[in-house]
Amino acid sequence: MGTDFWKRFTKNKIALAGSCVVILLFVVSIFAPMIASYDPHEINLKLVLSPPSGSHLCGTDQLGRDVFSRMVWGSRISLKVGFVATGIAILLGAVLGAVAGYYGRWTDAVIMRFVDIMLCFPTFFLILAVIALLEPSIWNIMIIIGLTGWMGITRLVRADFTSLKERDFVLAARAIGASDLRIIFIHILPNAMASVLVAATLGVAGAILTESALSFLGIGVQPPTPSWGNILTAGKDNIDIAWWLSLYPGLAILITVLGYNLLGEGIRDSLDPRLK
Amino acid sequence: MVPLLIGITIVCFAVMHLAPGSPTDMETQMNPRASADYRERLNAMYDLDKPLYQQYLSWIGKIAVLDLGKSFSPDRRPVARKIIERLPITILINVLSMVLIFVIAIPIGVLSAVYRDSLFDKVTSVFVFVGFAIPTFWLALLLMILFGIDLGWLPISGIRSLNYDYLPPGMVFLDVVKHLILPVTLSAFGGLAGLSRYMRSNMLEVIRQDYIMTARAKGLSERKVIYKHALRNALLPVITILGLSVPGLIGGSVIFESIFAIPGMGQLFYMSVMARDYPVVMGILLIGAVLTLLGNLIADVSYALADPRIRVS
Repeated sequence: MGTDFWKRFTKNKIALAGSCVVILLFVVSIFAPMIASYDPHEINLKLVLSPPSGSHLCGTDQLGRDVFSRMVWGSRISLKVGFVATGIAILLGAVLGAVAGYYGRWTDAVIMRFVDIMLCFPTFFLILAVIALLEPSIWNIMIIIGLTGWMGITRLVRADFTSLKERDFVLAARAIGASDLRIIFIHILPNAMASVLVAATLGVAGAILTESALSFLGIGVQPPTPSWGNILTAGKDNIDIAWWLSLYPGLAILITVLGYNLLGEGIRDSLDPRLK
Repeated sequence: MVPLLIGITIVCFAVMHLAPGSPTDMETQMNPRASADYRERLNAMYDLDKPLYQQYLSWIGKIAVLDLGKSFSPDRRPVARKIIERLPITILINVLSMVLIFVIAIPIGVLSAVYRDSLFDKVTSVFVFVGFAIPTFWLALLLMILFGIDLGWLPISGIRSLNYDYLPPGMVFLDVVKHLILPVTLSAFGGLAGLSRYMRSNMLEVIRQDYIMTARAKGLSERKVIYKHALRNALLPVITILGLSVPGLIGGSVIFESIFAIPGMGQLFYMSVMARDYPVVMGILLIGAVLTLLGNLIADVSYALADPRIRVS
């Protein structure tokens, strides 16, 4: 990664479109209190389920709360879940993949068989089964999404390590007596970060989708904390009278996930134009 | 295959036992009449009073004869029977949506590769990006509003109408079809984007190969080159996708079956999670993983049957 990368990245329309969306999301979550025109928890029983209007851009929900303000605050949840869950997945995936790829032999065999086993479980089933045991809270959701999403990254990092460990710079590092840990984390891992970065960007998108689905099913972020998924639950409950409760939060999820996916795709193209 | 199966049972077992609390907590804490004696009997029933390795072995022994224990719900029926009666509808929906995915995604992928950078290719690329990003449960809500409520064309819940028992035979079939249209379309939607993208890149890869140039050089029509020589080779790797898409489809069934109130395995799983009916949760987790393993096995075998190069190596 270097000046070439930035040159290609800034010329790549897909990457720029993705970056714009992601930056916009950060701005919205950071300045949520200023952007939201109402208190997201303020109940107004005179305005229950009123359609979008000048004062309530996206209408109100079954308790008369302003949907737009709830969505603005909900963006903080999806940002948090996306990054923390992906962070956990990356940490686990990178360490396990690095160890498997670097040491090879039985270490590799054991770790990769474990990956195969974990991949047999429909991820959504595994997440639900664990949630059945724990309290559904935003922290538990982040941890569980992270703990069930590291397998792909392990495979990526391992593949990079098996080829990188034979290269001259690694042999040189070993020749001057660098420890295994040093070689793995200081010398090889930075070279394997490119593919991890792409996987991470796409992973954030996936984590946001999973969180919204869990919250929609009522086992994710719990009301009254606003999340895009749990506003949609209200949309489902009032499906025949309040279309705005269903339309807008879903649109927010769609645009967010699309933004991260485009950014990931753009980074991949800029890293290695041959892959296109 | 066998080591994987053993691994799957170990993970299931670990999830049940390493998590905080005991699987029987819910049962005993929710039930004010649960005496110490009852608690002990429950623990004995799940062998929770024995050392871990013995618990695992006896659990495995029971699974080998398809005994998944008894449900914690008031009906106390065997888990295996509860799951088996709900499997057919889930499998039907998944098989139908897989057929739909293949029928739609393969032509899209092939055509956008053959006419690369054409308007069609660009439009489908946008469709693919949106398809990857769209939360399918949201799409389900929108389609329910459109077709179920505003237009009133399709039913939005269950698998049969209230007057099902009084319908003439022909109408019975039509009734089920009407109920299945939305769930099948939506569960297929998630896979469409992925497969058409995959098919496109396969096709682009194959078109570059030497044997395609040979086919063109010996004067075959472009039609024959594309649809006979290239397509067959590009289709081969799609077989593995068949296996890989099983966990996604099964996982998705939780969402669709609870949205559309379809009495399948996914809905049973969701209800069991909400009720913390642990034996059922573990049973479905195990069966979901085994179905995935079977999907992969079938994909591997059919790949070997379809591609002689695999058999040799």
